Amino acid sequence: MEPILRTDAVTKIFETGTLIVRAVDQVSFEIQPGEFVALVGPSGSGKTTMLAMLAGLLNATEGEIHIDGHELGKMSEQEKTRFRREKIGFTFQANNLIPYLTALENVELMLRLNSTNSKFCREEAKKLLGRLGLSDRLNNLPKQLSGGQQQRVAIARALIHDPSLVLADEPTASLDTERAYQVVQIFSELIHEQKRAGIMVTHDLRMTQYVDRVIQMVDGKIYQIIDDRAEIDAMAAGGRFETAKKVEEKELKGGVMGALNPGLAPVRG
Amino acid sequence: MSFYLAFKEMWRNKGRFFLFSLVIALITILVLFIAALAQGLALANKEYIEKLNADLIVFQEKVELSTSTSRVGLDKLNNLRRVPGVADVGPIGFSSGSLVFADGQEALDVALVGVQPGKPGMPPVYNGNSFRSDRGYYAVLDGSIASRNEVKVGDEITIKTIVGSEDKFYQFQVVGVTDGRQYLYQPSVFMPLQTWEKIRPQASIEGQNQSDLVSNVMAIKLTDPENWEAMAKTIESQVSGIEVVDRKTAYQSSPGYSAQQSTLNTQQGFTLLIGILVIGGFFQIQTLQKVPQIGMLKAIGANNKIVALTVIMQIILVTFIGVALGSIGTFLLTLGLPGSVPITLTGSTAILTIATLLLIGPIGGLVSVRLAIKVEPLTALGM
Ligand SMILES: Nc1ncnc2c1ncn2[C@@H]1O[C@H](COP(=O)(O)OP(=O)(O)OP(=O)(O)O)[C@@H](O)[C@H]1O
Ligand SMILES: [Mg+2]
Repeated sequence: MEPILRTDAVTKIFETGTLIVRAVDQVSFEIQPGEFVALVGPSGSGKTTMLAMLAGLLNATEGEIHIDGHELGKMSEQEKTRFRREKIGFTFQANNLIPYLTALENVELMLRLNSTNSKFCREEAKKLLGRLGLSDRLNNLPKQLSGGQQQRVAIARALIHDPSLVLADEPTASLDTERAYQVVQIFSELIHEQKRAGIMVTHDLRMTQYVDRVIQMVDGKIYQIIDDRAEIDAMAAGGRFETAKKVEEKELKGGVMGALNPGLAPVRG
Repeated sequence: MSFYLAFKEMWRNKGRFFLFSLVIALITILVLFIAALAQGLALANKEYIEKLNADLIVFQEKVELSTSTSRVGLDKLNNLRRVPGVADVGPIGFSSGSLVFADGQEALDVALVGVQPGKPGMPPVYNGNSFRSDRGYYAVLDGSIASRNEVKVGDEITIKTIVGSEDKFYQFQVVGVTDGRQYLYQPSVFMPLQTWEKIRPQASIEGQNQSDLVSNVMAIKLTDPENWEAMAKTIESQVSGIEVVDRKTAYQSSPGYSAQQSTLNTQQGFTLLIGILVIGGFFQIQTLQKVPQIGMLKAIGANNKIVALTVIMQIILVTFIGVALGSIGTFLLTLGLPGSVPITLTGSTAILTIATLLLIGPIGGLVSVRLAIKVEPLTALGM
């Protein structure tokens, strides 16, 4: 099967004055349709930078990103904007929803952007919100919804327009544990069902129980990729300290960056 | 898409946007009122001169075109007539008096205008007839007197003038009514020049022989009105002691006219400027508050065109609603004002003013549009 996403030695270098940061360093991986991947790693390891490049919001300094057979580096800014609204679903940590649109309208927004808001699509939007347990909240404004409900609306918006790749930036950051589990679980179900490629950036290793693969980054590089179910479950169940320790050791060996990031704790809460 | 977003946001924040439209409505009322006042005052000042059926006006020289100081003797009449290209000449005299009413109505200050029937200076009579000779106590009334004080053709009116410290009363018969012909903020009563000469306040001082008769100015009709500039020079060179100007120069030189108009225009300009700043400020704050939202929209694939158009549409909608409310408000207010308030707004001035008001929105909003365009989609990821 052709992978939906393929990155090929992607590197991002930030130069600010004399400081040169390799925020993402030679990262290569693939994601198949129906595969949900977690991107984890300590603060500053390059997760958000990677996500921004995958969405075409940042240009890679080196390497190639292929999504659905298109190479992002070869597209103009306009083409990338269009690509984002057609092929990519996005959820963010905060400010996900337009405050003056209802839950249903926020989901339909994605369809309107793609000029496909037919009656049929509207029904699809309602169905999807129903799947996410929001049938009785269709006409509520974001401020009338809880944090978890807002994230679920954002998930519906990220999936409604039939995207190939779904990117989620810390979808559980503002949620309590109970809600976080609910949100990620349903997210995972939908991605598997609809055969999308999903990437979720998270600080919370417990959420990895719902993914198929964990890509762990340190200092912009892929530190390890875990795709063994038992290993992932162990990580999610609390084996996380072991992993964290491993990372810490490696960082200390690595010198400067290790010193800059001493309190390495990828887990919150 | 843009219209959808613009409209939804306004609809879900009706209170805020309506309040802001009201602010624009108030600015509109202010601007329209100043425009109407400027036009009304200007009209009250110049109406008679502006409507005069003449191409040139002759003043005494070196009086700075002041109609009240200017004296042009009737002996000049023939000299002026003989200048080639002059079609007709009419002497005009101005003084002031008041109309008194028997039934206890308040006396009305009027301009007494002496003219020769059929000559330039005599206004067209729309109701009744003109007076036929240079003498007699017959009057043609300004249309505004006829309508406001309910005087009709055939009525007797009493005109009071003050000579020294003495009140003098004269009876006139109204023979005709013309349209609005105010002169220096007062409605006019037209009468034969020689009658005017007899009753004007200075009558007792100056001589009353036909040869000594004077008028304040003379109105000239040309055979070729297009050529007025050259003709003014020719006339000045052929007849001594006079200054010849066109109607516009004449009324613009009347006391306070330019100062008043420029004051009002400056006020209007400032009010428009305030409007631009207020609208600019409102939408700028509004856009700044929406930066995260705009970043998110761009991240999920909205382009700059959608984002910019949304802002522009809101600005246009809010301005349009505000200006519409303000225009209706102004109209209702003018209905409630007494006729003595000098406000006039002709269609063309109103349209021009409203068009300018509609422009201040987009001009004030340019900064916000720029702001919205400059928002980076990366802000959605907190970068
Ligand atoms: N615009 C930028 N200019 C310069 N350096 C940047 C820029 N953006 C990110 N960086 C640097 O790149 C590195 C990776 O940052 P990134 O935000 O991708 O990390 P992250 O893994 O998302 O961290 P966190 O878990 O805290 O969100 C960091 O060292 C950061 O300081
Ligand atoms: Mg990050």
